[in-house]
Amino acid sequence: MVENRPGLNLLAHLVLILGVVAVALPVWIAFVASTHTATDFMSGTIPMWPGPHLVENYARMLDRGVSTSGTPPVANMMWNSLVMALCIALGKIAISVISAFAIVYFRFPFRMFAFWCIFITLMLPVEVRIVPTFKVVADLGMLNSFAGLSIPLIASATATFLFRQVFLTIPDELTEAARIDGAGPMKFFRDILIPLSRTNMAALFVILFIYGWNQYLWPLLITTDAKYYTIVAGIRRMADVVDGMPQWHLVMATAMLAMLPPVIVVIAMQKLFVKGLVETEK
Amino acid sequence: MTRIFTVSAIALIASLSAAQARTEIQWWHAMGGELGEKLETIATAFNESQSDYTVIPAYKGTYPETMTAAIAAFRANQQPAIVQVFEVGTGTMMAAEGAIVPVYKLMQDAGEAFDPSAYLPAVVGYYTDTQGNMLSLPFNSSTPILYYNKDLFEKAGLDRDTPPKTWSDVEEFSNKIKESGAASCGFTTGWVSWIQTENLSAWHNQPIGTEQNGFGGTAARLSLNGPVQVKHWGNLKRWADEGIFKYGGPVGGNDAAPMFYSQECAMFMASSASRAGVVANATNFELGFGMLPYYADVEGAPQNSIIGGATLWVLSGRPEAEYPGVAKFFTYLTSPEVQAQWHQDTGYLPITQAAYELSQEQGYYTENPGSDVSIEQITLNEPTENSKGLRFGNYVQIRGVIDEEFEQMLSGSKDAQGALDAVVARGNALLEEFQAQNQ
Amino acid sequence: MKRTVFNNQLLPWLLLAPQLIITFVFFLWPAGQAVFQSFLRQDAFGIRTTFVGLANYRALLNSPEYMNSLKVTAIFATSVTALSIVTALLMALAVDRMIRSTRIYTTLLVWPYAVAPAVAGILWWFIFNPTVGILPYVLGGIGYDWNHVSSKTDAMILVVVASAWKQVSYNFLFFVAGLQSIPASLREAAAIDGAGPVRRFFDITFPLLSPTTFFLMVVNIVYAMFDTFAVIDASTRGGPAQGTNIMVYKVYFDGFIGQNMGSSAAQSVFLMLIVIILTIIQFRWVEKKVAY
Repeated sequence: MVENRPGLNLLAHLVLILGVVAVALPVWIAFVASTHTATDFMSGTIPMWPGPHLVENYARMLDRGVSTSGTPPVANMMWNSLVMALCIALGKIAISVISAFAIVYFRFPFRMFAFWCIFITLMLPVEVRIVPTFKVVADLGMLNSFAGLSIPLIASATATFLFRQVFLTIPDELTEAARIDGAGPMKFFRDILIPLSRTNMAALFVILFIYGWNQYLWPLLITTDAKYYTIVAGIRRMADVVDGMPQWHLVMATAMLAMLPPVIVVIAMQKLFVKGLVETEK
Repeated sequence: MTRIFTVSAIALIASLSAAQARTEIQWWHAMGGELGEKLETIATAFNESQSDYTVIPAYKGTYPETMTAAIAAFRANQQPAIVQVFEVGTGTMMAAEGAIVPVYKLMQDAGEAFDPSAYLPAVVGYYTDTQGNMLSLPFNSSTPILYYNKDLFEKAGLDRDTPPKTWSDVEEFSNKIKESGAASCGFTTGWVSWIQTENLSAWHNQPIGTEQNGFGGTAARLSLNGPVQVKHWGNLKRWADEGIFKYGGPVGGNDAAPMFYSQECAMFMASSASRAGVVANATNFELGFGMLPYYADVEGAPQNSIIGGATLWVLSGRPEAEYPGVAKFFTYLTSPEVQAQWHQDTGYLPITQAAYELSQEQGYYTENPGSDVSIEQITLNEPTENSKGLRFGNYVQIRGVIDEEFEQMLSGSKDAQGALDAVVARGNALLEEFQAQNQ
Repeated sequence: MKRTVFNNQLLPWLLLAPQLIITFVFFLWPAGQAVFQSFLRQDAFGIRTTFVGLANYRALLNSPEYMNSLKVTAIFATSVTALSIVTALLMALAVDRMIRSTRIYTTLLVWPYAVAPAVAGILWWFIFNPTVGILPYVLGGIGYDWNHVSSKTDAMILVVVASAWKQVSYNFLFFVAGLQSIPASLREAAAIDGAGPVRRFFDITFPLLSPTTFFLMVVNIVYAMFDTFAVIDASTRGGPAQGTNIMVYKVYFDGFIGQNMGSSAAQSVFLMLIVIILTIIQFRWVEKKVAY
């Protein structure tokens, strides 16, 4: 705050309010649409205010879904998404923290080779190796399983680098002290490193949970059994209708339910979220 | 997956002790919405009719998605026993010897009674090889027809019981509708590729490609840039500019139906199988039906329209025990009662003569005016080489090319001739690729 | 570099094993397969395979569709990056002026980060829907006939807006952090010298933000090129007339829908090269930033 100019402050507020409205508008419209019935869209434009069918639409989607457009009950899909997101987030943290530990605290042949192997995963997003990866997962019998949904996604260079950075800032004196006390590497890892990187883990968890929940292409391809559909991938199946019209009110109700959990996580854990976001990009 | 299933099956057997294990048959399909409900009814009824097999239908999205999901699953050795493939995938499926079990062979091996001559020739002709063997089982076949809004016709000063016969009628009626203010658009259409290009060609006895529209082999190339097609696309562009025609989007044209339901457009060309959906949505006005329009100055028009829709293909590589069950299910599916019911519920064509006659006996066509337009249309004349159907490889992509070039023309970057020439050039590149892949 | 380390030879490999096994099985091996596949021609079911050398690459480079896809990708990535960066910077500057309301505005602006790209695609697809959408209705009022089903420009605007909408929150947070790290004394000094807010922005704030801006540009380009797959798939699916068929979507479409594995694999190889270049740029920058 350099100087006080009321005009400029007003302008700043105006810009921000405009921004907030622009950001919220699509969600408001989706919410409104999700409280009406299919016939309310026939007149040409959609209403701007919520209708009386909120409970009915959401209850229907959560409980029954639309089986004929391949949409199982949304509650079921949300559960699958939750399991997948948790497996991905916890799995990524677990395997990254131990590989960072190995890379930072040990000297062994091919250390740099291992480091580069992990680094290279950054350069191979799932979209560019989609067909062969699908084949591998199929050959391993992992189609339609939580293992197939999560394991191929849990390798993480970003998380490994993050923990590497954190470990590098931990003073060598601590390690010396542990060694003098006769503590082995695993005891040191458990008693010193884990507690010291707890906030980083929490911050990372928030980011990775969102990442996991929002997965789209991968679940879309490897789940052919409605039991394993996830909600984000499931929405698309709903919006596609042969010889008919999409049931917009139900599609939008599902969209609202799909964004609710990660949005709540971001808002409720804003501090951790910001920390996680900024750290993972370092 | 298999293991989980086995475990739960063992658990089931253990708990029921006397229960006999039923063989499960996966059936992947593309029928969403109301059609999907009807399809599930059929599967349930079959499962209840016997105790050896359970058919499990699974909705896999749109036609292209279902087909590609099945192919991807086949490559990964996870294929279903039965998959519903739309008509344009026929070329690809037929070329995949070794991946499919032809229906005639399936029925023979299982010892099921099977008489190919019981089927409507206009329907099965599309799906038999050059020796007359039926390769896949027609399940849902349809043909495009014209739907119109009788109330808007009357408002515009037209006769409410006379649908347009020719394309000049369509233009004249549309102009009246627009000028009178009855509606802001004359007509819209679903499926530009299938209705305004392929069917237009067949309806006017014009070739779509060489080698009898591809029935003769994979050396076939497209030839749909003839004068009739060019004239029609040019007209559509002009009508779109004048505002009497509104484009509903690529593939099936998702935005076309809503424009008709909301009475923005007075006429709508779409699949006869959309009948159930159109009737359900056309609540504020009275619905009329008509045949596809034709150009009166083209000799031999109208010829006959061609079918669309899908057939059931049987994939190889499943456990032996499943195939007799598939054969049994197919016999059930083609029985006159099941077929007639499916036909009447959905608007798809009856695939057997017996189902057609049964529907007549039941008085279905007299009670439901307009429901026989589709049958009349496909049987109007003896099919010629140009109107038997089409069978090209990579045709899913070629359909996409047709949509894209049509859109190019609408946006003004190409004229009709240029757009159709581009369809032929780009389509032929895909056909060459397909021929090379399958040599 | 740690000076104190443990002397154990087997343990580090055991610790690295899960990460390395997953990397090898699900990343390196499939990527190798993609490279191998790019030299083959195969029918849809994988029954007949022939080795065709560089034919798939040659076909791609001669294909107007692929060139179109390159162009579309460039336009798309640039627009998404520009739109989301400019909007985010504007918001960040405004928030930087606030004292008490920073937190509430931040909360209200950052949550779209949590919305899945697929959901963002569906939301905007609905809002822009020519028959039931609200924006075409408004646009119609001012005489613009919106139709993303037939107009490539409209479709491009749609996917750019949907993709940028989701990304603004991310850029916003980094700009806010960047602004906070600029010493207030610098700006105060300029204010005393009589520089107005606009001059101060261009002379001081913006140059000092340039590392952040550069970093965000790279991140946003990567985002627009790869993570927007779901936005496209849930809305335009690359249409109309290939108008929004970005490279990553084309890989999927040609491979999974078009069943042309060879061409799709060759496109994957090109994409891998692009990611490698972008990653190198990103990391060189990180090293530099760490240096000072």
